[in-house]
Amino acid sequence: MGSVGAKDVPELLNAEGRRIDGRRLDELRPISMKVGPLTRADGSAFVEWGENKVMAAVYGPREVHPRHLMQTSKAIVQCRYNMAAFSVDERKRPGQDRRSQEISKVITEAFESVIFTEEFPKTSIDIYIEVLQANAGTRCAGLVAASLALADAGIPMADLVASVAVGKVAGRIALDLKKEEDNFGEADMPLALVPQSGRLVLIQMEGHMSQDELRQSLDLGVKGCRDIYERMRQALRSRYDVAAGAAPSEAAA
Amino acid sequence: MGNGQGPRHRGRDRGARAPRSEPKVLVLPGDEIPDRGLQPGFGTYRVGRRLFASVMGYATWREPFVRIVPFAGRYVPKPHDVIVGVVQDVQKTFWLLDIDASRWAPLHVSGTPWEPAPGELEQYLRVGDAVLVAVENLDPTGKIGVTMQGEDLGKLSGGTLVSISPAKIPRVIGKGGSMIHTITRLTGTRVAVGQNGRIWVEGPADGIQRVRECLRIIEEEGQRSGLTERIEGFLEMTGPTDETGPRAPGPEPVDRNEPRRFDDEAPSSTDDPAPADRPTIPPNENNEGEGPWEA
Repeated sequence: MGSVGAKDVPELLNAEGRRIDGRRLDELRPISMKVGPLTRADGSAFVEWGENKVMAAVYGPREVHPRHLMQTSKAIVQCRYNMAAFSVDERKRPGQDRRSQEISKVITEAFESVIFTEEFPKTSIDIYIEVLQANAGTRCAGLVAASLALADAGIPMADLVASVAVGKVAGRIALDLKKEEDNFGEADMPLALVPQSGRLVLIQMEGHMSQDELRQSLDLGVKGCRDIYERMRQALRSRYDVAAGAAPSEAAA
Repeated sequence: MGNGQGPRHRGRDRGARAPRSEPKVLVLPGDEIPDRGLQPGFGTYRVGRRLFASVMGYATWREPFVRIVPFAGRYVPKPHDVIVGVVQDVQKTFWLLDIDASRWAPLHVSGTPWEPAPGELEQYLRVGDAVLVAVENLDPTGKIGVTMQGEDLGKLSGGTLVSISPAKIPRVIGKGGSMIHTITRLTGTRVAVGQNGRIWVEGPADGIQRVRECLRIIEEEGQRSGLTERIEGFLEMTGPTDETGPRAPGPEPVDRNEPRRFDDEAPSSTDDPAPADRPTIPPNENNEGEGPWEA
């Protein structure tokens, strides 16, 4: 976020086609996911994704507060995305700002489309996403963590939501931008996918891309989401320590 | 869930009794599962003709439903379940109880043995008081009606509350009440087990502590066999065995051989005026003969 002179722009893509951290254009940063670290929440997950660290907690379905938000025919989904003051280089002023309000809103809407809210009328499903360390792509990491936390909380939903960002770096389409690429690249487009139905439940974009590049980005992003999805499933399974080879989805199909 | 009434037939306690022979299939939300000609039950939904899981858990195929026995989730109330609630709010004619479900449950004065003047309900139950109640009716809007009418039901005075996963409650009770009987016998406590995962314990401080330990063991090792023996061993190893029964003023020890659910002595609640003749609630089909009270 800090202002950096043009001369400081790092070399985002080297001659061998490697990115600033040595990844190829279609490569994800290393990810680790832990399901259920918080015992007092109904469901929780901690995701480390590159240099991002994000904790998500889910409570509910429970009584709605404030009461006037209650809906008689379904549960409401309330999501709060929050960045810790220490999550970025320069201390972030704590509390909600316009950016976090927007992110909370789009994440809420992404989950509203998969959670079976009609099953719990007059209740609230509360999702808290805390970004402890940020390095671009925190809303995607937050979505992944929240999705795992929802599954951990036993909340019925159509599918897990997988998410990743794609962007344009040094004129090329690249998967999962890190901070320098986000800051100095030409475009950044976070996506969230419901893999089973193939629906996209979140797309945002900053910067510029041609139609062709957009198509290419969507393809790459969807592929990335499916990759993330598999890892999410592994993380959930490993919590219950079942023989890894069980693979019921394949057996069932 | 995309279907009609199936999900109301949740399967936690029944699932825990599923025959061991059938292989468990772990499913995650979004997994496609074969319906084997059965109807969609708890934790499943249909898209066209295909069937999917909506929660994480084990898939089971037992007539007439395909359902998922969930690993997690809030307590899903079932009619006749005996549960422990905590008063959260006192209104003019009813109390609101937190029962660890998705909603608070109203306990109307008509469902109690008391007849307070409107607005004077606090004389009987205040915020924070624990009560043993039964689920009476569930309506489609999600309202959970509870009643205190039924033997053994009433205010839980003194004691302490311990929460565990509602899925583990059948293990806490044990076959025919064997587990809970062992625990109360060896710790000298009185215990009320709510199907919602809340357990009320009263007795000597060390006894309560040991019950807590037992519940923690059950929650962590609930799937193992020989759990009752394990708990028995644990209790005999730790602390002095108190075979003299409850020290707290309370009901007489109960004869466990007699199948019963609600016919143990009611708790001696000091502000319970006339527990004389309350209608008895029909026993729950799933936990036949397992009384909520142990002494």
